[in-house]
Amino acid sequence: MPPPDIEATAEQVFVALADPSRRAILAALASGGPATATDLAGQLPITRQAIAKHLALLAEARLVTAEPGERRRVRYRLRSAPMQVAQQFLAALARDWDGPLDALKGHLDRHARGSA
Amino acid sequence: MAFPDRIERTVEIAHPPAKVWAALTTAEGLSAWFGQEATIDLRPGGPASMKWESGHTADMRVERVEEPAVFGFTWHIFGLPEDDPRRTYVEFTLEPSGAGTRLTVVESGFAQLPEDAYRTAYDGNTRGWASELGELVDYLDAAA
Repeated sequence: MPPPDIEATAEQVFVALADPSRRAILAALASGGPATATDLAGQLPITRQAIAKHLALLAEARLVTAEPGERRRVRYRLRSAPMQVAQQFLAALARDWDGPLDALKGHLDRHARGSA
Repeated sequence: MAFPDRIERTVEIAHPPAKVWAALTTAEGLSAWFGQEATIDLRPGGPASMKWESGHTADMRVERVEEPAVFGFTWHIFGLPEDDPRRTYVEFTLEPSGAGTRLTVVESGFAQLPEDAYRTAYDGNTRGWASELGELVDYLDAAA
């Protein structure tokens, strides 16, 4: 079985996050839970039409899921899975070994001077 | 875009392997340069931990102990939720180099994502809080 394509998943997250409107929509779903396009339009300075368009894109990228329901009352929910894949990518970039290794050298130098 | 699975650094250190080994594998050594506080039970499977003033902590599990050449441990992937089972493996290799040591650190496993872990850890979570809160409501209803 082929592994899930984590690069493609991470890329979709970063592409989604690069747009300020989509960032605002994802942030609203993360902090407030599932919401309809109308709910979001009430909270954000974005038109309902624009929000619906962004939600359709986000759903296609599987970053949100639409709960079954009547068309105008469909609630969208954030999917945590792709976010966790992107987080993992960031973890590799955020890992700092240079700082600790410099600190290790500094420690050994001080230690050697101290015992000399 | 290449997903970085491993990070590798090599540094030349002007101190012999025994000194470097002590700095890497003792609580006193680790707390002097890495964490602010450290504990370590130096045997494969032994627990180790580090703590920083920021409140950040790292729990490690010692995996390889081959004094004074190889020291390996696993730890939680920084930035992922505490209950995420994924861990990276960190391995220090010490080679004598003149009067000093060539120290290599490799941290690997950033790109691990087993299919079944993906299913259980992620798709299992998509119901998330809605279903957990629903269960709480059911529980409270039943208890009432």
